[in-house]
Amino acid sequence: MHPFVQSALGGLLVGCAIWLLLASLGRVAGISGIAAGTLVPTKGDSAWRWAFLGGLVVSGALTAHLLDTPTTVLRPLALLAAAGLLVGVGTVLGSGCTSGHGVCGLGRRSGRSLVATLTFMVSAMATVLLVNLYRGV
Amino acid sequence: MSSKLLKPTLTGLLAALLAGGLFGVGLVVSGMTQPAKVLGFLNIAGIWSTERFGPWDASLVFVMGGALCVTLLAFAITPRAGCKPWFADSFQLPTRYDIDIKLVAGSVLFGVGWGLAGYCPGPALASLLRGGQDTLVFTACMAFGMLIAHKFTPSQKEAHGQFKK
Repeated sequence: MHPFVQSALGGLLVGCAIWLLLASLGRVAGISGIAAGTLVPTKGDSAWRWAFLGGLVVSGALTAHLLDTPTTVLRPLALLAAAGLLVGVGTVLGSGCTSGHGVCGLGRRSGRSLVATLTFMVSAMATVLLVNLYRGV
Repeated sequence: MSSKLLKPTLTGLLAALLAGGLFGVGLVVSGMTQPAKVLGFLNIAGIWSTERFGPWDASLVFVMGGALCVTLLAFAITPRAGCKPWFADSFQLPTRYDIDIKLVAGSVLFGVGWGLAGYCPGPALASLLRGGQDTLVFTACMAFGMLIAHKFTPSQKEAHGQFKK
């Protein structure tokens, strides 16, 4: 399968998962929001989040195992730790990530999500450029 | 805010489990769980000079395109006034429309982290069991960052409301 076709297929499946959560529980499938909601729980609003995240973690591992997907990480551990911290703080401050703003928010045609998506795309692209320049590619 | 959140039924939890499972399959199939592919997409300088910066990988355009095809349809037709989701009392959708400094500053920080690691929250979680200590450390630090951000922005509870049209 051409990699672009496979990517589009994966995207369609992600879209269907978002539709399923919307139709069944009426919720927006933004991963950072769902995850943050388990860390700072509201009564009666945690169980579905754990169920969703459990499904994500287990099916991610099973699918990667079946497809033999490589998970090569290219960065040293200290950098990954800093990156994780930035992603955690940034997604809470900015109220969303690639799924919440980039796929759900744009799907709802939200202006807030359009601004957020453009911002983190540009900021991520600038970061990659700077890292490449620094490493003297 | 909605008045009360009812505990979801077992069927509702199964639906959430299934949705999360489908989401994970989609992420892995799409290539989003491979940081090399994500960084290849973010490497737009590769369009300008492949020799100097390495190739640009357009795959993620198709991931987002594919997902948006479905979500544009989903959000246009599923939440209707007077209708309920299958297993919950109401649709809980974001209600804010203002663009503030927190949104922009947070998105900048998130972008820097994403660009450094090649992981955003969904793919990091989908890789948690297979990525070794790399994804464990990334995810633990991400969770810690979320807690810190909540602690220092106490009113951060997301504004979600029942759907009205």
